[in-house]
Amino acid sequence: MSFGRMHRKEDARFIRGRGTYTDDVRLPGMLYGAVLRSPHAHARIVSVDASAAEAHPKVKAVITGRTLEGLGLAWMPTLSRDTQAVLATDKVRFQGQEVAFVVAEDPYSARDALELIDVEYDPLDAVVDARRALDPGAPVIRDDLEGRTGNHIFDWEAGDRARTDALFEQAEVTVAQDMIYPRVHPAPLETCGAVADFDKVTGKLTVWCPTQAPHAHRTLYAMVAGLPEHKIRVISPDIGGGFGGKVGIYPGYVCAIVGSIVTGRPVKWMEDRSENLMSTAFARDYHMRGEIAATRDGRIQAIRVKVLADHGAFNGTAQPTKFPAGFFHVFSGSYDVEAAHCEVTGVYTNKAPGGVAYACSFRVTEAVYLVERLVDMLAAELGLDPAELRMRNLLRPEQFPYVSPTGWEYDSGDYPKALRLALDLAGYDELRAEQADRRARGELMGIGISFFTEAVGAGPRKHMDILGLGMADGAELRVHPTGKAVLRVSCQSQGQGHETTFAQIVGQELGIPADDVEVVHGDTDQTPFGLGTYGSRSTPVSGAATALVARKVRDRAKIVAAAMLEASPDDLEWAGGRWSVVGDPSTGKSLAELALAAHSDLELPEGVEGHLDAAIVYNPPNLTYPFGAYICVVDVDPGTGQVKVRRFVAVDDCGVRINPMIVEGQIHGGLADGVGMALMQVMAFDEDGNHLGASFMDYLLPTAVECPSWELGETVTPSPAHPIGAKGVGESATVGSPPAVVNAVVDALGPYGIRHADMPLTPANVWRVVQGRPFRTDLAIP
Amino acid sequence: MRVEITVNGRPHEREVEPRLLLVHFLRDLLSLTGTHVGCDTTSCGACTVLLDGVAVKSCTVLAAQADGCEVTTVEGLGGPDGLSPVQEGFRQCHGLQCGYCTPGMVMAATALLAERPDPSEQEIRDGLKGNMCRCTGYQMIVESVQWAAANGGAR
Repeated sequence: MSFGRMHRKEDARFIRGRGTYTDDVRLPGMLYGAVLRSPHAHARIVSVDASAAEAHPKVKAVITGRTLEGLGLAWMPTLSRDTQAVLATDKVRFQGQEVAFVVAEDPYSARDALELIDVEYDPLDAVVDARRALDPGAPVIRDDLEGRTGNHIFDWEAGDRARTDALFEQAEVTVAQDMIYPRVHPAPLETCGAVADFDKVTGKLTVWCPTQAPHAHRTLYAMVAGLPEHKIRVISPDIGGGFGGKVGIYPGYVCAIVGSIVTGRPVKWMEDRSENLMSTAFARDYHMRGEIAATRDGRIQAIRVKVLADHGAFNGTAQPTKFPAGFFHVFSGSYDVEAAHCEVTGVYTNKAPGGVAYACSFRVTEAVYLVERLVDMLAAELGLDPAELRMRNLLRPEQFPYVSPTGWEYDSGDYPKALRLALDLAGYDELRAEQADRRARGELMGIGISFFTEAVGAGPRKHMDILGLGMADGAELRVHPTGKAVLRVSCQSQGQGHETTFAQIVGQELGIPADDVEVVHGDTDQTPFGLGTYGSRSTPVSGAATALVARKVRDRAKIVAAAMLEASPDDLEWAGGRWSVVGDPSTGKSLAELALAAHSDLELPEGVEGHLDAAIVYNPPNLTYPFGAYICVVDVDPGTGQVKVRRFVAVDDCGVRINPMIVEGQIHGGLADGVGMALMQVMAFDEDGNHLGASFMDYLLPTAVECPSWELGETVTPSPAHPIGAKGVGESATVGSPPAVVNAVVDALGPYGIRHADMPLTPANVWRVVQGRPFRTDLAIP
Repeated sequence: MRVEITVNGRPHEREVEPRLLLVHFLRDLLSLTGTHVGCDTTSCGACTVLLDGVAVKSCTVLAAQADGCEVTTVEGLGGPDGLSPVQEGFRQCHGLQCGYCTPGMVMAATALLAERPDPSEQEIRDGLKGNMCRCTGYQMIVESVQWAAANGGAR
């Protein structure tokens, strides 16, 4: 009936194969699209000859950059207010870029016809290494932008430079390290795609698409295509995982829409895996130089960082407008630091656009990785245990709400308690003793700690918008006459269990079973406006909206109850899921009784409408700041360099847990992400810009064999500003776990004297260290 | 070419191109859309079905190769409205989130339990290594299979 473990409503259809994902959508007369992609990373397009493809008997249309130019659609705006080519007109800027779109009667024929398109390219030198992007004489990637003479995108900084520099000058101990957070990809198991259906008679466009932000997509289509917004319906059906890869609009979606407008029939486009890896939003690719200053007795004083951010050929990074480096400036982490400063420079390279994806909470992954590596390196420098160093510097509970040196106001936290719990669960002291024994025998065992503070729930409309759309979210609740309810929300689940947990919130607030609440999401004609699900913002924003709209309904029910009971509303109390006269629970009326009465001929006070509905827009006052303490134990085989994650202890605190079962599942998934990123995932490129990780043959994802049984713990520190005290959590484990794994591997390799190692810690790379060869920190460039 | 494939106990005769993949035969010709496609390199296992009782990746089998064979998909498990123990185990133990790997995972687990009714945790992990999941981190999938093993197995 309320918070707590509850089996998921979604499961009934998914375990029977009865989900409806985009590729399951079938419409009468539907055609199939396929995208022709560039084999070059950087090349001028001399000519595109589509005549042979057009002559294919099953082909209905071939759309090129020229076609789109005529419609004013060859370029589209990105979420970073840059532009991106829908289909290349002048030149191609990354391998895998969209060049032409074929629409055919069946998907096999559409693919056949791609082979018949003849594109002549004039290859250009590619900019692959971000560190070379700003060199004088580097090829200019974005010569389409007026006045652009280089590959610089932006400079951005946060924190107090002067104070930070002063602290560094006086510091007793400083540690500096270059580190790369390599380019990876969220790789949801379902790729991207769309079914576009433009009805020429009604002028209405319907787009089925696995988008995490259906309302934002609708508004952007209206802006881009010039179609009236009320004539656009975006339906985001069941999504086979998003992980941030399905926030933005991809050229394929626009092509499917144009294909439908041109042919007058519905057009389906589904990309395959290599297209997904090559062309949709990558994650990370931050080259960071981090520095940490401390006293000799281990008090951290300041952190300073310079970042070179590789954004690919079009700046398509998805983040709030005023935050070109996302929330990277939470990098002072969980520590009581006097000052901090960061500078971030974004550059263009000949790679696909992206940056913010893969459960990063707008670059918090990079921030947490940076600080947690630096703290470990400082511990090594000072000869202190990394757990002890953290314990000495963690923010204390009485410091909250705490304003960080870069301006974040952390809402609540009890960090020492969470770290102590993790150390206890892991048996930390015994682990260290075991490690010493094993080391004496020549075995390589490592223990890695990560303590993180997340920042999720974007966000306050005053500071946070995406393309001018404030990050507030709506909720609508309607209670039917018989007491069953429908909740309509703007967030969009991709597996996070919203249909279950949002029903639980309503159930808790209204005293009705969660099974009596249907949650509607993902259909812009059916749901209130809002910005969707990413940045772990559903619980902080839409969850708050849900609780508050339910309270609004409850208040209306109170007036109905007063009329029914012939009492003053002031004399009523809400207890046991009923409104009753104070001191006389037997008079109570349940919500179901009140719902029927609200729809009846019951006389209500002047000005009070009947029925039991409410709507709300929730503008969050702040983010929520969940946190966690993670401990990873690895064994490294010195003969092969193979790293085995033996144990992983994760203590998370996300405030009030709506459904602990679902929270645990979210954490498990994120921990697997961390193991994957730390040990096996990377999208590398050769010097010509060829993508070397463009399929699951090379872009490796952990299976059941590489993952250990996760050991979870929890503490509960509610968010004071949130209506039910809940914080977001979905991305915590992806954010928090990679540094724990890397810290563990570096710890295991202690006997070899290395200080730092860049991800991914593949067997080949670890083996190099064991062989006394330098660790490769340049994986992106062979 | 003409093929006759028995799917979930019902024979289906269709004219197909020789190059048609079994997964597309199931999804596009028979509208059995529970079987999913997650990759193009036979890596992910989202398309796993039983072919004459053996778990196969249906993206790597031609429909023509299944001519005369029996195929079981996720839609064919359980009774008219009931669930097989494996399906029920996934629900009980939260072995799914987005649900996209689930049909393939359920079929692979069903084949595993048919071969090995009481697998150890390691045997389950090894047995499912051909099936990728991006959401669950696998642990509750392992628990789901253990639940199924204790409650009726591969039935």
